Amino acid sequence: MSGLEIGYLVLAVAILIFLIPRAKHWLSNSPKAEQGDWQAFLFPIALVVLFVAGLMWLVSR
Amino acid sequence: MSDNPFSTRNITQESALSTNKVLRNTYALLSVTLIFSAVMAMVSTMANIGYGASLACSFGALALIWFVLPRTANSGAGIAVVFAFTGLLGFGLGPILNHYLSMANGGELIATAMGGTAIIFLALSGYALTTQRDFSFLGGFLFAGVIVVVLASIAGIFLQMPGLWLAINAAVILVFSGFILFDTSRIINGGETNYILATTGIFLSIYNIFTSLLHLIGFAND
Repeated sequence: MSGLEIGYLVLAVAILIFLIPRAKHWLSNSPKAEQGDWQAFLFPIALVVLFVAGLMWLVSR
Repeated sequence: MSDNPFSTRNITQESALSTNKVLRNTYALLSVTLIFSAVMAMVSTMANIGYGASLACSFGALALIWFVLPRTANSGAGIAVVFAFTGLLGFGLGPILNHYLSMANGGELIATAMGGTAIIFLALSGYALTTQRDFSFLGGFLFAGVIVVVLASIAGIFLQMPGLWLAINAAVILVFSGFILFDTSRIINGGETNYILATTGIFLSIYNIFTSLLHLIGFAND
């Protein structure tokens, strides 16, 4: 393992330590989704997936 | 307008004005910091900095967002911290950009990734603004998603599997697209009233989407 990889590993662990309390907060304090909320989220995300796939296809041609 | 300063209509108007102000300030600061970050990326590209310096920039940016920003977000110093944070992240892009610029059509790939990121950001922000829907229910899901992505990145360091890196980059785009909806809706619905923190969140989403999209496009180009 190179010094750079150890550095990236330490950075990733530091990011985890930073994120875990925030994730815990949001997991216990997020409001519950109402009817149609997940569809409203998944619709634009599906468009992003299609857009990124389209970009990759265009570049690979 | 009602004479009573505490009437429902006045409070609603005040709240709408306050939301518009946060949104306007966020987009103004975001556009300036994006330009600043791009300039810093150009400087580091020309200086030809190495991956070690890029890693040091990432540590610096994490330290700022972790220890300094929470203490300064409610003061003018917070703006300087956001500039330092975005400048460090932009400067850290140097080695990645140089890697792609060394390819025959590297400039084209970077421009495509920038354009793609802009389209994703504008479309998702426009969607959150026009629907006015509250996406704060996504909070736990998105933070859990980032943790999974970081854990997968740690596994990727040991496993060195190209397929895993591809999946991680795709997941980063999806999770941070969700964060754009989440952050924008929090501003609209009054969940985020500090434009410095709002700018930092949206900048981080744009930055991560750009780098992951660049890697995916680079992979497709190969």
